[in-house]
Amino acid sequence: MTLDPHNLLAILGMAIATYATRLAGLALGGRLQLSPRAQAAFDAIPPAVLVAVIAPSALATGWPETAAALLAALAATRLPLLGVVAVGVAAVVALRALL
Amino acid sequence: MSRLRDDALRGFRDIAPAMLAAVPIALLLGALAAGKGLSPLETMVMGALVFAGGAQFAAVELWATPAPIGAIVFSTLLINARHVLMSASLVPKLAGFSAWQTALGLYFMADENWALAEKRARTHKLTPAYWFGMVMPFVTCWVATSTLGAVVGAALGDPRRFGADFAFTALFIALVAAFWKGRVTFWTVAAAGLASALTYRVIGPPWHVLAGALCGLAAAWLAAGAGVDGEPAPEARP
Repeated sequence: MTLDPHNLLAILGMAIATYATRLAGLALGGRLQLSPRAQAAFDAIPPAVLVAVIAPSALATGWPETAAALLAALAATRLPLLGVVAVGVAAVVALRALL
Repeated sequence: MSRLRDDALRGFRDIAPAMLAAVPIALLLGALAAGKGLSPLETMVMGALVFAGGAQFAAVELWATPAPIGAIVFSTLLINARHVLMSASLVPKLAGFSAWQTALGLYFMADENWALAEKRARTHKLTPAYWFGMVMPFVTCWVATSTLGAVVGAALGDPRRFGADFAFTALFIALVAAFWKGRVTFWTVAAAGLASALTYRVIGPPWHVLAGALCGLAAAWLAAGAGVDGEPAPEARP
């Protein structure tokens, strides 16, 4: 049970950034009007960040990881969250053993 | 008094399915955090202070020793930017909340309880009893199960042995599918993935997150403009 000061600093930074986004609505007071194009860019933020975080693991690690990522993407069209995780993990273990 | 209790119970009943669905995800988060060297206490503090699943998964994926604070905070800010729109829509419905109830209530606003509150506000007045009846059990369950995951995960050892290091990648692919909105998302994902992988190879971490996110946003902006029939791009207008 340790709490590293450097890690705590990172967590506090995350907490402040998150609370700022949650409080921002108070300042806007429901007056926020986005153009459809700006709305589309805003809606694209979560998938853009998620993909940017995992791209090195999926595309720049090795063939087993890239193939498993493709299988997980296929599974994502059919299965719920944890089903996709199960498919991806099983695929990467099998492919790493094979390739 | 009974009105207060009814509203709090109603909130608890409404959040219960989402709360239970989050249990295995929180266990996974804790186990992955342990794999990156975070202690159960650190996982617990993060859950209680941040309480944003997507951002927590991204932060744990980026975690290293020492933690790249700039990249972690920046990725948190970007992933949670949607909260700005969510709270802007929710705040006018919090008319019955005192100032501190609003401040504390918004602290724990997450996708699930926000969506349920918006649904509730269509037919009822949104009360603090309903909101906190929904939020407090949800937060408690999330923090408790992610901490449990960290304790169990630390006992399991190297996550690579079970391919658990790849769980993030698979989970994020599933999350992207949940945000899918057709053609615009396709171009976003393609641009973000290529830019991030290239930047990672050429420049190295943590710049791949910024480069990928910005290229994804630019692609979304371009694709959305191209998709609107007959509407000129805003900057093309005189």
